[in-house]
Amino acid sequence: MTVGHGRGLPPEFLAPRSSSFSEFLALRAPELLPGALGRAGGEGTLEAPHGTTIVAVTFAGGVLLAGDRRATMGTFIANRDMEKVFAADDYSAVGIAGSAGTAIEIVKLFQVELEHYEKIEGTLLSLEGKANRLAAMIRGNLANALRGLTVLPVFTGYDPDDGTGRIFSYDMTGGCYEEQRHHSVGSGSLFARGALKKLWHEGMDEERALSVAVEALYDAADDDSATGGPDLGRSIWPTCAVVTESGVRFVDDGRLEELARQIVEARRGNPGGAR
Amino acid sequence: MTMPMYVSPEQLMKDRADFARKGIARGRSVIVASYATGIAFVAENPSRTLHKVSELYDRIGFAGAGKYNEFENLRVAGIRYADLRGYSYDRSDVTARGLANAYTQTLGTIFTQESKPYEVEIAVAQVGSTQDTDQIYRLTYDGSVTEERGFVAMGGTSEPIATALQQQWSADLPLAAVLRLAVSLLEGPEGEGHRDLTAADLEVAVLDRRRPRRTFRRLGGPLLDALLDEASATEDVPTEDDSRPGLHDTLTEPTPSETERSEAPTGHPHSNPQTQRED
Repeated sequence: MTVGHGRGLPPEFLAPRSSSFSEFLALRAPELLPGALGRAGGEGTLEAPHGTTIVAVTFAGGVLLAGDRRATMGTFIANRDMEKVFAADDYSAVGIAGSAGTAIEIVKLFQVELEHYEKIEGTLLSLEGKANRLAAMIRGNLANALRGLTVLPVFTGYDPDDGTGRIFSYDMTGGCYEEQRHHSVGSGSLFARGALKKLWHEGMDEERALSVAVEALYDAADDDSATGGPDLGRSIWPTCAVVTESGVRFVDDGRLEELARQIVEARRGNPGGAR
Repeated sequence: MTMPMYVSPEQLMKDRADFARKGIARGRSVIVASYATGIAFVAENPSRTLHKVSELYDRIGFAGAGKYNEFENLRVAGIRYADLRGYSYDRSDVTARGLANAYTQTLGTIFTQESKPYEVEIAVAQVGSTQDTDQIYRLTYDGSVTEERGFVAMGGTSEPIATALQQQWSADLPLAAVLRLAVSLLEGPEGEGHRDLTAADLEVAVLDRRRPRRTFRRLGGPLLDALLDEASATEDVPTEDDSRPGLHDTLTEPTPSETERSEAPTGHPHSNPQTQRED
């Protein structure tokens, strides 16, 4: 790290500047920015672990974000129990698909960015403001994305102005799009989206939304080899964050296990879950 | 050719120090004091948005006395330092000692090299898991730093306040007693110069050692009134945030209502997102 030693805080620390931590980091220690390695140059694409499927589901009074736990490198399972859904701050959560290492760096920077703004300004960023900050970080990763290290997040948050949960999706050039009702990204998203379309209903409560999200992930894992299904042997269940007026909360593993076992049981002899 | 008049280094430093001291003495005082379950910050500050007391990091708070724009500049620099350090290592690696060292070098350099020294005194406090491990650093305009045990009084007429704290403060006081003591000292002795201070004239915050992660909370509303009221039974702040949604930086409810609230405490335990969930 490059905090000055012996001469006190370097001038960048004392200069009047914006409340953005990522802008400060770009000035002070650009080598710590996510994707710094992409900008350093070099040819060809890299093979690195990729995270796979994330689903976001709105319900009455909030939004829920769930992800499977598998990271793959080609056909090789790089990690069975990685986390892909994170609390960004008290009222928002972010889920990531794509290059795992870069994605985790982006989430780490995004979390500091939001808290830094909160401390300096003494107020929360608006939900749209948070979504736009994340877009800027994804745009900053474009050089990496061109080398195969794409990061595609889903950002969900509770909007206190209208009392609803909202979903934002991104493209690799930093485009930020608001999604209605539900959304999914990652290699298993085709199958998860199909399931969400059939299972989602207007005005669902949190419990129902949770079982819809877990079932959509199950369908994704059913048809996509890069998405991990519930692992009964190792007790690995999806990660699921619920964002409501009272903040971000992670669903306990006990509840997720119960839901996963129910789905496995219901699919016995009915593998497509026809109903 | 005209020769610049010779000024001895002693005289130069003395002039600068006098200048800074005069500037600081014009402001109001700030008290930082440790109590049984945390560290309290009490400042006389009628403004509700221009703060003298602020959060730097999870367990570290900041208080400034003197010129607002100068200590605000130091506050922002401290947040940048702490966030950069936490981002590149881990949240647990950000310490008040590191911050105090960075500040002391900065203030020392400004004192000797800039055209005018900063007219500020600042305190950096870190709440420990026990009162013995609390750290309170006091830094002055010339970059001198002292680690204080228990309490610090800065700015304005801080010397009589520090003397009185020496006699009246003790480690086992509950928060309400420390706040009432601090307010009575800020009001000044009976007689000339005594001012009556109400909750509206005060900026009060705590670092609560019982909380995980971010421990800094401002106090206001009925909670602060109850703590300052000798007749009230409220002795300490609740460890749960207000139930209203929004920014959770201020506590106002003496006993939080029994509504559904987030189980997750504010802030993240580690910098790496992969290790933040505690199962």
